[in-house]
Amino acid sequence: MSQTGLSRAPALLARNRPRAYRRWLRFSHGLWIPAILMLIWQTLSGSGWVSARLLPSPSELLGTLAELVENGALLTHAGISTLRLLTGFSIGAVLGILAGTAAGLSQRVETLFGPTFRTLRTVPLLAWVPLALLWLGSGEATKITLIAIGAFFPVYLNVVAGIHDVDDKLLEVGGLFGLSGSLLITRVFLPAALPNLFSGLRSALTFAWMLLIAVELTAANSGLGYLLTDGRETGRADLIIVAIVVLALLGKAGDSLLQRLKGRLLDWQDVVDSRQS
Amino acid sequence: MPQQLLDLTVTAKSFADLPVLRNVHFRINAGEVVSLVGPRGCGKSTLLRIIAALDTRFAGEVLINGQPPSLRSRDVGLIFQEPRLLPWLSVAENVGFALGIKRRGHPLVAALLSEMGLIDCAGAYPRQLSGDLAQRVAIARGLCSQPSLLLLDEPFSALDAFTRKHLQDLLLSVASRRRTTLLLVTHEVNEAVYFSDRVIVLASQPGRISGEVVIGAPRPRDRRNPKLARKEAKVLTLLSDGTTNSFDLSYALASAPPTWPPVQAAHLHFAI
Repeated sequence: MSQTGLSRAPALLARNRPRAYRRWLRFSHGLWIPAILMLIWQTLSGSGWVSARLLPSPSELLGTLAELVENGALLTHAGISTLRLLTGFSIGAVLGILAGTAAGLSQRVETLFGPTFRTLRTVPLLAWVPLALLWLGSGEATKITLIAIGAFFPVYLNVVAGIHDVDDKLLEVGGLFGLSGSLLITRVFLPAALPNLFSGLRSALTFAWMLLIAVELTAANSGLGYLLTDGRETGRADLIIVAIVVLALLGKAGDSLLQRLKGRLLDWQDVVDSRQS
Repeated sequence: MPQQLLDLTVTAKSFADLPVLRNVHFRINAGEVVSLVGPRGCGKSTLLRIIAALDTRFAGEVLINGQPPSLRSRDVGLIFQEPRLLPWLSVAENVGFALGIKRRGHPLVAALLSEMGLIDCAGAYPRQLSGDLAQRVAIARGLCSQPSLLLLDEPFSALDAFTRKHLQDLLLSVASRRRTTLLLVTHEVNEAVYFSDRVIVLASQPGRISGEVVIGAPRPRDRRNPKLARKEAKVLTLLSDGTTNSFDLSYALASAPPTWPPVQAAHLHFAI
């Protein structure tokens, strides 16, 4: 065997490691920074330089977490928040897809609704919160409406852009094969707009979480946002931090789910960046 | 008596105020292979779009099997210079696109995949294909709707010389087996002569027919057949007659080797 063959062997072996192992390696690299931060944090709060009331140590937080899990409070609050988020997000996304498709396809719909939607979009989303509270009260309808508004705009705008960007040449191919009307929409327009739809859904999810917390902070007696308010009012930083960590985990889980779905539906795109995010 | 498939009369067609076609009339019989050659801007591609019913704003009449063409009837297939595959569908799904979404495993798709040499990449996405393979998929897709007339708009022009010849032969054999009538638009004279039974020469500004050359060589053809070279010279003469006002072909002829006339023409690669 040649010298080069031998020296290349380790590299070849490394490349042939099982996929699961490589994924774990990549994942574990992402854990370094949190681990180091935790270590610094623990030393800081352990040394007494920072007030333990404002910044409880990680080990104390674990205690709080265990307590919240044990009495079921965490599961209830996180569950309720997730349910609100999913309902509002689904309603907003579906309406966004429908309105976006209509506006993308029809010049008339676009000229009629486009300017209004584009102006409304520039209103900072949180500005809707007091109005919704005033009109709809502090019930579930308010929360779901606000989340739906947050999810609607990014989906709507991206679908319109996606449909406008469909290559005329592909539409001509559809026409040549006798497609028109709803068949042309489902077989050419929508698949072609799918990449845009996913970027819309991704920002929609971010906005949905933001509005969920905003409305739970102001008017709720359940949910993770309520947990945050409760922590502030009772002066328990540990509650706030645990809620934030749970929010981060839930947000990441939702985003990963969406990216995985995108990877499956858009495998034709050679999406390389999906696993990095 | 061969059956007449296409009867085309375009008395006038213009874009804005620019006349593109004037008094173009020709017929094509079922099973024929016909080429349209002409300089850029002579309205070749516009003619194809008119026949395919993609362009309906013209004065004149087009009849396919006695009926005006419509996008719904799918009597006419059109293959473009670029493959125009749907990027979200696999090769097999692209080929079967004409048959509708539920007919993926259709025997016709399988047959065309194998005839066009696409079995190995049936599951691949267009992004993964070379230009040559992608164009083969486009041709298979065009044949899959079983058009009585398949229009080809410079389908080989993006390919290198070797794959071009190979694909020409492949298309000829697959189409003749299915008795598909072919109408090829090209600006390569030798391609037109080798490919077709008849070459219609167009002149430009506005596009009109300056003549027709019947090739009449038996198939399968030998590219070195001197008869083809003579026909090629005829086509070139017609082209130079028709282009004097806009594009001086004598320049191209003058730059040819001194041993010019006809018989040598096969070895020259003329791009008008």
